[in-house]
Amino acid sequence: MIDMRNTTLKMCTLAFVLCCSSCGGIHNALNPSGPQAHNLSRLWWLMFIVCSAVFVIVMIAVFLSLRNRTGDSQATPQIEPPREQERKRSNVVVTAVTITVVILFVFLIASFSAGRSMTAGLEHKNGLTVEITGHQWWWEVRYPDASANNIFTTANEIHIPIGVPVTFSLKGGDVIHSFWVPNLAGKKDLIPGKINTMWLQADKPGVYRGQCAEYCGLQHARMALWIVAEPQEQFNAWRQSQTGTSIPPSSDSQKRGQQVFLTSTCVMCHAINGTPAGSNIGPNLTHVASRNMIAAATLVNTREHLAQWIRDSQTFKPGNKMPQNNLSDADLNSLVDYLQSLK
Amino acid sequence: MSQKEAQNEEPRNEGRPRAPLVERIDVDREELADVMKREKEELERTWARPTGIIGWFIDTDHKAIAKRYIITAFIFFVFGGIEAALMRIQLMRPDNHFLTPDQYNQIFTVHGTTMMFLFAVPIMTAMGIYLVPLMIGARDVAFPRLNLYGYFVYLIGGILLYTGFVLNTGPDAGWFAYVPLSGPGFSPGKRVDIWAQMITFTELSGLAGAVVVIGTAFKMRAPGMSLNRLPLFVWAQVVTSFMIIFAMPSVMLASGFLASDRLIDTHFFNPAEGGDAILYQHLFWFFGHPEVYIIFIPALGFISPIIVTFARRKIFGYVPLVLSLISTAFIGFGLWVHHMFATPIPQMGQSLFTAASMMIAIPSGVQIFCWIATLWGSKLNIKTPLLFVLGFFAIFIIGGLTGVMLASVPLDLQIHDTFFVVAHLHYVLIGGSVFPLFGAFYYWFPKWTGRMLSESAGRLNFWLMFIGFNLVFFPMHQLGLNGMPRRVYTYLPETGWGTLNLVASIGAFILASGVLVFIINVFWARAAGAVAGDNPWAADSLEWATTSPPPNYNFHNLPVVQGRYPIWQATADAPVVRGLSTTSRETLVTSVLDAQPELCFDIPGPSIWPFLLSLATAVMFVAGIFTPWAILTGAILGGIVLTCWFFGDPNYKNKTARETGKRSQPVRPAPELRPKEV
Repeated sequence: MIDMRNTTLKMCTLAFVLCCSSCGGIHNALNPSGPQAHNLSRLWWLMFIVCSAVFVIVMIAVFLSLRNRTGDSQATPQIEPPREQERKRSNVVVTAVTITVVILFVFLIASFSAGRSMTAGLEHKNGLTVEITGHQWWWEVRYPDASANNIFTTANEIHIPIGVPVTFSLKGGDVIHSFWVPNLAGKKDLIPGKINTMWLQADKPGVYRGQCAEYCGLQHARMALWIVAEPQEQFNAWRQSQTGTSIPPSSDSQKRGQQVFLTSTCVMCHAINGTPAGSNIGPNLTHVASRNMIAAATLVNTREHLAQWIRDSQTFKPGNKMPQNNLSDADLNSLVDYLQSLK
Repeated sequence: MSQKEAQNEEPRNEGRPRAPLVERIDVDREELADVMKREKEELERTWARPTGIIGWFIDTDHKAIAKRYIITAFIFFVFGGIEAALMRIQLMRPDNHFLTPDQYNQIFTVHGTTMMFLFAVPIMTAMGIYLVPLMIGARDVAFPRLNLYGYFVYLIGGILLYTGFVLNTGPDAGWFAYVPLSGPGFSPGKRVDIWAQMITFTELSGLAGAVVVIGTAFKMRAPGMSLNRLPLFVWAQVVTSFMIIFAMPSVMLASGFLASDRLIDTHFFNPAEGGDAILYQHLFWFFGHPEVYIIFIPALGFISPIIVTFARRKIFGYVPLVLSLISTAFIGFGLWVHHMFATPIPQMGQSLFTAASMMIAIPSGVQIFCWIATLWGSKLNIKTPLLFVLGFFAIFIIGGLTGVMLASVPLDLQIHDTFFVVAHLHYVLIGGSVFPLFGAFYYWFPKWTGRMLSESAGRLNFWLMFIGFNLVFFPMHQLGLNGMPRRVYTYLPETGWGTLNLVASIGAFILASGVLVFIINVFWARAAGAVAGDNPWAADSLEWATTSPPPNYNFHNLPVVQGRYPIWQATADAPVVRGLSTTSRETLVTSVLDAQPELCFDIPGPSIWPFLLSLATAVMFVAGIFTPWAILTGAILGGIVLTCWFFGDPNYKNKTARETGKRSQPVRPAPELRPKEV
């Protein structure tokens, strides 16, 4: 039994070290960066501390009940234990159950009030609205606007201004996905045929990573997104830059790249506003060069990655919908030149 | 309360007159010995089990069927464990290429499906099928042929799943196969069909097992075993069986609708045609959450007898324990929506399910407190079964507490569908079910085989499993909070999830070595274990009142129960049931509440029809993967077999039940039921 005591001690130490060592990171529920996640992390710590205390107390009781280990396994059983002793034990058990009920009641109230503060006023948040549609295996992001000219679509990278609540309208494109950015808020599912709504707010500028949380098929593991939170002016500038049509190719290589794009299979799935390419099966590439990552936040958006991805995306993300492309080196080079000019 | 209990000890008999239960007669000792010997020979002949290959297909002995169930389920447990090990190797480091994404997705789906449907539920039912008749003093289960049918459909379902898996047609949509991912549009091929039909097979087998257990426990108890004396193990089995009967139809709808969406183009779950993807989730989880308790409640039934035996005193709080089991079962049906908090469900609806999910912690708490109160102050001699129960306390309480966290809607939205949930569900299911199950193996192995498992290997087994388990699953809580979703085949190095995953993978191998020690221990004990005797633990319930292993007819004379602890409370001149035929498979049918003898009844014996019916069922559902006509063909074949089963049976005529009063002879004293000094 000494062993068991040590193990428990080690487990507690381990738990403590683990919890302390990892408070940080851009993909962490315990490093809250917005009011939603703050509420959640307060609730978490309340439950964690109370539950740990309950665990320790019950374990102490178990160990104390094992004090006397001199038993004879064939000893005469006690079928009528002393009344007085049983009565005392009943009192202790009833007290323990009462305490359990009280603790659960406290949790219930804490949970309700956290829940209310998180959904309260969803309909009154007049700030920015972002529409997200889940696809196998990337995120379509649309910024609606009263003026049709200002509506634009991008993918996998969501810019939001800091300090204001942003409403997310979540739709399922094919199968069920789940939108989750742990530093900012809890998750909500994107379900075909339904619209799910949530809001979140970032208080600090920064990049927050999220990943699809509902199993959605072969590449569920490679379906991440970034939320880029930035001050309002920066956000406005970004938004402005995204609304226009694409930048026309300037160099010869870029012009050739555009021709490659428009004459190969690319055009069957991708759109580049301002060109004849208008399909919306894959991510919109109008401003692809302005994004930090490609392939649903899997690869850094560099020249090499872009070229490798176009040539054979299946090595990075087997099963994704993009076919292999047998472009000549020169064509590929021009195509990448063109795509990299689409700021 | 103790006063009330004392009152309940006496079986109630107000309301209807009956003949005195006990009649004393004087016998000549020598004559008695002769009669006993002759009866024993007759019983051996009457209850002889068929041998040979044919015998395997027709044998209806509940112990043989249960053993087969246990061994088959344990083999599936090992398969599931190997799949888990493969997944842990894949996740050992970021960007690992040990498995392809397709292999990984098949493996985690088959792992979950195996552990839930082919291991956990069947093995818990099997424990009941073996032990319930022995604990209540019956010759066999109530419907031995239905029982045999249940085993065969289960076996066919398991073989179907693994045939698909080996042929690279393993299901890959997760063990709850959410639509539309599992629908015809996104899972072409036959993978999900195999999953859906396998579910149908295990549902059938689960329902058969549940009916068998309820029938046996309610109508075949030894005289005197009124419901308030029913062993807690049997209570747990009865409660579980009722849960199975209410939960299974729901998943039958879910998997049936899914199969017809895929096979005959219905649109139950297709939003584009007016179907609803959320409907599937409701139907599945209305079964899926009670399923957890279907696995967990039988394990609670293992814990009580083990604690009573080792604490060497009566259980503290029999009535609260029974009520806790029943209330767990009721509340268990009211919290399925906590699996769906991330879907658009109004807050008021969610709140109800939060409250229910938290409420279910109360009966669990009551049980744990009662067990601690039973252990408190007892002089203990800690043997392996009790060690596993203590391991259960440590692990299950963590799982229960994280369960309370998951019940809270806002917190659930953070940790739902992450590795936190993976940690939670393994803490609950391995801690809550597998640890008690291993304790139960060590506890009842002597009864099954007549030999003891090695104690020192048992301790090694426990510590390897305990340490390994915590190493695998404790870090997963942290991984979940750090944002690692479940069911990912790999992760980027920048996420920083590598170290904890490595720790978990190392733990997995320690856990696996613990299971390996157990398997070696079993083979060693079969060959060279110490001979156990009838009652090696000096325990209290009736299964220990017969030989180890028990004879085919379980008891020479069915016992008469005098208290909640039949062996401990048996008086020197404890009566037994006399007058049952020894030349036909006759057993006693007793009343539901007070277990007063009502009828004598011939239990059906070996038959080939259950096996043939399971083949007809297989035609219906396996061929049903490919063509809807198979349903019709299978139904016709099944109808023919059932007709033969009921009317072509030579035993049928003898099944006429007879009034006890006319046939049975007085109950008289016999030496068998005395507490044995081992």
